[in-house]
Amino acid sequence: MTKNWWKILAAVLLIYSFIAGLLVAVPRLPILHETIRNLYFHVPMWFTMIFLYLLSVINSIKYLSSADEKHDFMAVETVNTGIVFGFLGLGTGMIWANFTWGAPWPNDPKLNGSAISTLMYLAYIVLRSSIDESQKRAKISAIYNIFAFPIMVVLLFILPRMTDSLHPGNGGNPGFNSYDLDSNMRLVFYPAVIGWILLGVWISNIRYRIRLLQHKF
Amino acid sequence: MSLIHQVKSLIAKELILEWRSRYALNGIVLYVVSTIFVCYLSFKGGIQGPTWNVLFWIILLFASINALVKSFVQEPAGRHLYLYTLASPQAIILSKIIYNCLLMLLLSTIALFFYQVVFSNQVQDLLFYFLAVLLGSISFASVFTLISGIAAKANNPGSLMAVLSFPVIIPLLILLIKFSKNAMDGLDRSVSYDEIVILLSLNVLVIASSLVLFPYLWRD
Repeated sequence: MTKNWWKILAAVLLIYSFIAGLLVAVPRLPILHETIRNLYFHVPMWFTMIFLYLLSVINSIKYLSSADEKHDFMAVETVNTGIVFGFLGLGTGMIWANFTWGAPWPNDPKLNGSAISTLMYLAYIVLRSSIDESQKRAKISAIYNIFAFPIMVVLLFILPRMTDSLHPGNGGNPGFNSYDLDSNMRLVFYPAVIGWILLGVWISNIRYRIRLLQHKF
Repeated sequence: MSLIHQVKSLIAKELILEWRSRYALNGIVLYVVSTIFVCYLSFKGGIQGPTWNVLFWIILLFASINALVKSFVQEPAGRHLYLYTLASPQAIILSKIIYNCLLMLLLSTIALFFYQVVFSNQVQDLLFYFLAVLLGSISFASVFTLISGIAAKANNPGSLMAVLSFPVIIPLLILLIKFSKNAMDGLDRSVSYDEIVILLSLNVLVIASSLVLFPYLWRD
């Protein structure tokens, strides 16, 4: 029980964010209107994805320094879960963009960046499946993972800031803090982020344990 | 042997090997020239503005993937083992990157020259456009060298090389296209300083991580 408190916390936070996210009053803003509630669902997906990829890189570094297979399993399962969250982020974003920007895929650097980073991790999966020997596979995919991660950070966080973007916080648009998050929304948004991150870690943890068992027997 | 000395003799080895066989060099030059010619015949009316610029970079991208995929695949495993006993892994990756930079520089200069002959020259600030091509060659070489090392270890290096390198090169390619478009339109040079700084720092990042990661790839 003492080890599992965070899973209960994840469930509680997610239930809270669903109920409060759909029911609590939100500021009425032009264009956005009620779709602003998607903030509680769309943005946490990206936070979770980035967090899982970061965990994966940390595990890849650990694998290279220790050659312990457990780290490799954790690295690949966090990537698998991260890709799912990436697709969920793209999906929720496309629905939102359709209502506010008029098209599901406006030519926006952040959208393109996230699509490319998803391609990057799909390439990681393809690389893994093309090497048969397990130790070699673990090592080489860890190298690619570490090599690709800083470029993904540049792609997602530096390049969009240089050009005009529809997203807040880019190209001279103000960030979250200035107008679209009033204090009520923060009370829902931050628990939602923490809840989704914990859920992501939980899912990858379960998949990691399944992989560990498959490896043993 | 010090690192610099090792790097020098390894680059000399690469150059001599290339010069002796020459088929790789000739093949890739012919590849670029014929691709440009195919594009010329396909775009009958000639091309203008952004298309001119983007087409050049796309041709260069595919040519460089084809040119650099062989940097590790071509060599037999026995030679790797032999080099392993002679030089440090850092010297090997550094020499490969520098050699690939030289190769790419030659290739892209030929490509740019032929491209401007066939599709009439539309670049206003030629010196800065050439700087973009120079930076592009260095970027392609530094990114693709480690990736070709990774792809060489897998079952199907040819197609894997493209899959692995496209997502990694796209941020650099976006910056290069923007930078070269500025030069093409003859905008004030200070407009492009941001791109140059980011491109240079990305290259430093990529080369540094190649130096750190290659020893793990090498030990097999």
